Amino acid sequence: MIPEIGEFSLIIALCLSVILAIIPMYGATVNNSLWMSFARPLARGQFCFMLISFLCLTYAFAIDDFSVAYVANHSNSKLPIQFKLSAVWGGHEGSLLLWGFILSSWTLAVSIFSKSIPLDMLARVLSVMGMIAIGFLAFMLFTSSPFGRYLPSFPADGADLNPLLQDFGLIVHPPMLYMGYVGFSVAFAFAIAALLSGRLDAAWARWSRPWTNVAWAFLGGGITLGSWWAYYELGWGGWWFWDPVENASLMPWLVGTALVHSLAATEKRGVFKSWTVLLAIFAFSLSLLGTFLVRSGVLTSVHAFASDPERGLFILILLIISIGGSLTLYAFKAPNVKSSAQFALFSRETLVLINNVFLTVMAMTVLLGTLYPLLLDALGGGKISVGPPYFNAVFVPIMSCMAIFMGASMSIRWRQTTTKNILQTLWKPFIGSLIIGVIFPFVYGNGFDSKVFLGISISCWVLSTTMLEFVQKFRHSSKYLTRLRKLSLSYYGMMLAHLGVAVVAVGITLVSVYSEERDMRMQAGDKVELSGYQFEFQGTKIVEGANYKADQGTLVVSSNGQQIAVLKPEKRQYTVKKSMMTEADIDPNLWRDLYVALGEPLDEAGTAWAVRIHYKPFVRWLWLGGLLMTLGGLLTVADKRYRHKFGVQNG
Amino acid sequence: MARMWLFLPVLLFFILGGLLWKGLGIDPKILPSALINQTFPNFKLESLKTDSKMLTRADLIGKPVLVNVWATWCPACRQEHAQLLQIANSKQIPIIGLNYKDERESALTWLEQLDNPYKFNIYDHDGMLGLDLGVYGAPETYLLDKNGIIQYRHVGVLTAETWQQLQELIHAL
Repeated sequence: MIPEIGEFSLIIALCLSVILAIIPMYGATVNNSLWMSFARPLARGQFCFMLISFLCLTYAFAIDDFSVAYVANHSNSKLPIQFKLSAVWGGHEGSLLLWGFILSSWTLAVSIFSKSIPLDMLARVLSVMGMIAIGFLAFMLFTSSPFGRYLPSFPADGADLNPLLQDFGLIVHPPMLYMGYVGFSVAFAFAIAALLSGRLDAAWARWSRPWTNVAWAFLGGGITLGSWWAYYELGWGGWWFWDPVENASLMPWLVGTALVHSLAATEKRGVFKSWTVLLAIFAFSLSLLGTFLVRSGVLTSVHAFASDPERGLFILILLIISIGGSLTLYAFKAPNVKSSAQFALFSRETLVLINNVFLTVMAMTVLLGTLYPLLLDALGGGKISVGPPYFNAVFVPIMSCMAIFMGASMSIRWRQTTTKNILQTLWKPFIGSLIIGVIFPFVYGNGFDSKVFLGISISCWVLSTTMLEFVQKFRHSSKYLTRLRKLSLSYYGMMLAHLGVAVVAVGITLVSVYSEERDMRMQAGDKVELSGYQFEFQGTKIVEGANYKADQGTLVVSSNGQQIAVLKPEKRQYTVKKSMMTEADIDPNLWRDLYVALGEPLDEAGTAWAVRIHYKPFVRWLWLGGLLMTLGGLLTVADKRYRHKFGVQNG
Repeated sequence: MARMWLFLPVLLFFILGGLLWKGLGIDPKILPSALINQTFPNFKLESLKTDSKMLTRADLIGKPVLVNVWATWCPACRQEHAQLLQIANSKQIPIIGLNYKDERESALTWLEQLDNPYKFNIYDHDGMLGLDLGVYGAPETYLLDKNGIIQYRHVGVLTAETWQQLQELIHAL
């Protein structure tokens, strides 16, 4: 009964979305305020029914209702409860339901936090979101309902959740990521509404900005979590694989980063309006494309669930209607948009433009690399794969160039700055960063290293220019505390996010250059030394978990005779899926990780094991930087200027 | 004229859409085996039924055969089973089972319950032959000619359509 209620709620939500997509939009076109005012209650109704539907599926998982096919395929009675609940989004159908649920939550949020937006704008925005909801709900109901039943006979127990997904990282990673993906639908809806109404002004940018920033922050957070998860769960210490699905999340993030900056310029200076709209369309299009790539199974990937060409076709049609439609709308309406403000060559506007160009080019190269195997295959060129060498070769130089401009942008004003002024403020941090970049590899490593030089110089450059800008705010003031309080939260957010970039750059550079690893055959009592740490293997014992059995190794780590950690990596055999999993154990701190994973037993008795030991310097900085960027993004939204009546302040 | 540039994004997108549409028709699961036109790897493994009899590559040579990789832990293999029985009944080609990383007892019970389409089964408990063969995941099916040379590899469930294609290949042998 409960699953049927879920299915039925989904149908009602679809009906409400259809009404939401039509009535308020029509009302806005003919200027009928009664019809426009339907938008808010419809958005709320849609959310309620999506919530009911989502809870029904969660309930089915919680009580082990294996008559529901999706539950039977992704859960098991022995699965710990937290994984039963997160298994709701452990497969294709449930992920889509989560997608739809988050979309309705965003729609609800827009309908609540929009008291000051003119009614016709709000009606259009919510209508556009309703249209997106129609697409996804129809997709779910027609091709992939999570509530399908195994009746009359159903399995006595479930097939269990993929062991890789039985992990804390995977409880939070998909919702975070989807919050980001789907969040760009708000920026998209605002852009479409602005194109339709022809009101593309600073006020529009101001309405759209907080939503975009939140979505961007969530997406960044989701990517960071995903990277962290891959690092400790996949068992070989990598943190980024250029897997098609990772790329699918990176592309909207890159374009989203461009959008965040371009929106700032549009709000503050009234420039790049047409471009900003295009970016908003791109960011959401790439989110949809990401969904297509993951769900249609056109690319093989570790993330791909059951692939099904019929589903792929459905998403492709959705994609063509939504992206094709919005880009066509853009082509017709954009000429009405004029950027009024002028700016000089040496101005922050120019740097925002450069940043946008770099980020967009970046996103396009990632897109090309991701789709190239598919395109070549479609054109009959055979099967190939594009790997990390391509991505590293294009990504690193472009990102480095961008970071140089990024540092400079902090000290350059809007509109105009004189060349003399720029040189005066920037020569010291520039030279200083170069010097630190040269010295660092000698002090930390064993001699000069060009990669370390580049990475460290760039980090120092970004860090020092950001701090310099901050310090200069206090130059003519003695009342530090008042000034500190006077700076806006969005300013702090920006600082934090930029510092995050510097931190990530340090992490990437040092972990790529100075990582060390050893694959060893070890028996109880064997010792090995790596990067100044002694690892002593003390053998394995068998431990049992709720739904797995494991060989658990014990390694005592010591440094200069002092014991500093006991690591217990495991080799797990999940009983239902019969799959083996490597559970690494890590001794983390801010400066280095010691990472140990058990390989295969090398003899019958199980006394000798293949053991892999990694030394990963500064690897935590990667995620720390990602976290800083996420926090920065969230902080900007708390800025009080977004809480004021938007309409009253003019932009 | 400048207005025409604004149509560039939508134009590019439709080209991309067309390619994606073509891409949908391509199954990424079609993995051309690196062993096509090469001899089936050599092995020496027990038969599933009798512990004493050792099977080798010589047992596959003489006439064309299908080698089907299966296991009781693989739900898709259960799905495939009916099709295999049909092929076995058509008597066009013998099917040799490669029982992959499985337990002997449960495999035998499975064959008893679901009926046995296989001429005989190679018991690859450790998956070593699967490794040599480059098995991607069960089920997989290989077509061997009479000299034991791999002609075709199918990854995933053997459907009626794939069987149609296979028949053509078999007739061509």
